[in-house]
Amino acid sequence: MLSRREFLTLCVSSTLTLSLADRLLPFVTEAEAQGAISRPPVIWLELGTCTGNSISLDNAKNPNLSQLFTKMLDLRYSVLSNVAQGDMAVKALMDTVNNEAGKFWLVVEGSVMTADNGRVNEVLLRNGQMVTGLTLLKEFAPKAKHIIAVGDCAAYGGPAAAHPNPGGAKGVWDVIDNRVINVPGCPAHPDWMTGTFSHLLFYGIPELDAYNRPAMFFSKTIHELCQRRQQFEDGIFAKFPGDDGCLYKVGCKGPVTHADCPTREWNQYVNWPVKAGTPCIGCASPHFPDGMMPFYNHLPDIQTPAVAVNVKKLGAALTVLGVGAVGTHLAAGIFARRIHKHYLKGTKPSETTPPENLTQLKQDLDDLIRQQNALIAEAKSLEVQKNRQKRKSWLKRIRDFWHNENSPKGKKE
Amino acid sequence: MAVKTIFPVTRIHAPLRLDIDIQGNKVVDARVIGTLFRGFENIMVGRDPRDSILFMQRICGICSGAHSVAAAIAMQQIFKVEAVPNGQHLTNLIFAADIIQNHLRHFYLLVLYDYCKGPDIPPFTPHPNMDYRLPEKVNKELLEHGKQGIHLASRAHEMFAIFGAKAPHQQTIMATGVTEKASTERIMAYGSILQEITEWVEKVHIADVMTIAGYYKDYYDIGAGYGNFMSFGMFTLPITGRREFQPGIMKNRGNSEAFDVNKITEDVSYSWYHDEQNSRNPAQGSTIADRNKAGAYTWVKAPRYDGAPFESGPLARGWINGDYRRGISVMDRLIARAQEVLKICRLAAGWLEQLTPGGPTLRPYDPSLNGDGMGLTDAMRGALGHWISIKNGKTTNYQVITPTTWNFSPRDANNVRGPVEEALIGVTVADQNSMVEVGRVVRSFDPCFTCAVHMIEAPEKSVLLI
Repeated sequence: MLSRREFLTLCVSSTLTLSLADRLLPFVTEAEAQGAISRPPVIWLELGTCTGNSISLDNAKNPNLSQLFTKMLDLRYSVLSNVAQGDMAVKALMDTVNNEAGKFWLVVEGSVMTADNGRVNEVLLRNGQMVTGLTLLKEFAPKAKHIIAVGDCAAYGGPAAAHPNPGGAKGVWDVIDNRVINVPGCPAHPDWMTGTFSHLLFYGIPELDAYNRPAMFFSKTIHELCQRRQQFEDGIFAKFPGDDGCLYKVGCKGPVTHADCPTREWNQYVNWPVKAGTPCIGCASPHFPDGMMPFYNHLPDIQTPAVAVNVKKLGAALTVLGVGAVGTHLAAGIFARRIHKHYLKGTKPSETTPPENLTQLKQDLDDLIRQQNALIAEAKSLEVQKNRQKRKSWLKRIRDFWHNENSPKGKKE
Repeated sequence: MAVKTIFPVTRIHAPLRLDIDIQGNKVVDARVIGTLFRGFENIMVGRDPRDSILFMQRICGICSGAHSVAAAIAMQQIFKVEAVPNGQHLTNLIFAADIIQNHLRHFYLLVLYDYCKGPDIPPFTPHPNMDYRLPEKVNKELLEHGKQGIHLASRAHEMFAIFGAKAPHQQTIMATGVTEKASTERIMAYGSILQEITEWVEKVHIADVMTIAGYYKDYYDIGAGYGNFMSFGMFTLPITGRREFQPGIMKNRGNSEAFDVNKITEDVSYSWYHDEQNSRNPAQGSTIADRNKAGAYTWVKAPRYDGAPFESGPLARGWINGDYRRGISVMDRLIARAQEVLKICRLAAGWLEQLTPGGPTLRPYDPSLNGDGMGLTDAMRGALGHWISIKNGKTTNYQVITPTTWNFSPRDANNVRGPVEEALIGVTVADQNSMVEVGRVVRSFDPCFTCAVHMIEAPEKSVLLI
């Protein structure tokens, strides 16, 4: 059997995930035959979802879908899979909840729809009564052994929870008090899901970060792992998506998004967004999508009380004011929760959530420092350009600087 | 008279409730009920319109590619740009890969177990008496093909990701093309997988569907519906703008006619929305969610063309394009879908040859600040439309009508049933508790309720009446 350390090494290095199934499954079969482990019953609950995470799991490679559900987990209920329909499916669900209380895993996909007391998302008929997803979640959660939220919707609310949040969408951990393991992403990468399931099965609960994400997949930012990082350092920036160079200026949210896409890559490890020339949109972030939109505008367009400042101006300001002042500026932004929310002027900001604890705050501040570093790099590249530009009058410069041209036109630079 | 409820109908995408009225052993009335409301279009209001290509596809995890293509067509109209030829081909290739994975998954993950007995473990057990007719050997072979089919569907998503960055929810399609480059090794990679899938579909997939059709011949006479077909056309070709699949309308199995977008209206008589008038063109409208509306029974609206309900999907495309015209039934829908996979595989091979390796796949553009766009395309399940208005660079109105909205629409003001409701009439049910036959009819349409529910409204009215 693999040691936990070996297992983690396999999970972290993407190339080795290829052998995860080969190395684990023989032990599973053996352990099961000896009665050392049994396949845990799983209830896959679909709430306000696009079913994208189920589809993503269908793409799982090692273990594949069939291995996962015949050798590792015992899938008792899933709207997408049950052969029985209607009452018989509901009975299978309730039997599992009642007979396997304390043993079953509850996997939730999709945001919890809370508007109209959950009536915008009714999921089944039980004893002649329509039952909402919200009710089922609250009822099942205390009885489950593990609760795993797959996808950004179940974890943090996701796209359905974007302003104005018509259906009252919320993340699972906002609704229940039990511990939730969050596997974000839009959708979650199949490895993130199967890796988390495997860890739970063999070694118990994996190490979680401040947002309850398994650290083995979400401890580093896209920016840290990115293949175009050197171009960022060198100040070589793409002018339009699809160009060569760092995509920071065309909207990449890699500096503030924790996930291992650059080393893992998607769909049998063939590609991932930045490699394909398109900016990361931060779909694995707790702040997706409101904190990440507009997708093609760069971080951060900070809405200060006085004026909207964008990166270009901020970069210029750096040379004038010095770095420290900007740092303060940014820190003020995070405490006021101004950034991460609706960069587009005119979109009403949604209710802001302050960081819940010190660890989250620290994580957010770390993100800020990265943004600040990004700004410094940006300023350096501007410095070079500036020397080439014609001298403008000081008056015009100051006027241009404070004049807000932060339109969403996405003009070519 | 006894109204029976099936909720949830399983092996479909997201919640569907069916209320079936049975007399003797025949279905005499049916209501299909969408029970999830998310209000995606509302969310898009006030945002940068360029984001809609990436954001609105998140309505649906199984047909995300189709939504981005529809949004991209609308963006092209608003920004008055068109895709560069390479970019258009790549968009089509991404879309084709998504349709192939959808059709394979629909058959091997969702439909197969209506006809083929699964292994004796959950989620295949418990199951009611399913009227399984396949001999043991054939059954076993089909289950084995099921595993291969699921594997090949994930290979199709690999093709999708080669040019689309990741699947589901691609990230490369823009108004003027695709950000990924048409490099030789990527073209080769796509082509190799395509070849593998094409051969398998030719040899195995179509034969599998025909095997089932052979044992379930009675399903050639079940689930006909109105015989009204509609398609917006699919796969825009570069330069000419012609569609590889023709748009068209076919009324009551008649001749294929030209399609006029102005004849589309949406009716909310039986939907949980409040509106002072019951029927509107999707380009205008102010509708408010109202869960307590008397007489209403679903979140899905009732789109109508020239006042009549229309079915769309692979069978509709088959009839309109002349690819498949054997009949209209449960089996015909399954066969038309399987044959379409093969047609799309062959088309995709042709587009691969037309790519210029290393040529430009995208052109930078300046987005205009005002305008209206209408993105119409057929998706996996049928006719899909995105209607967008922008003002001062911000989205002011966004509406989506999806194929499932057409197929699974409720009654309209004239009490005319939606296409699936009509297709269920007359179905003979052996066991009123399990209603296996009803499930088969519903699944032949490949429903997807994550897409179906939507609102049309002005942003300031976007409140739920509770």
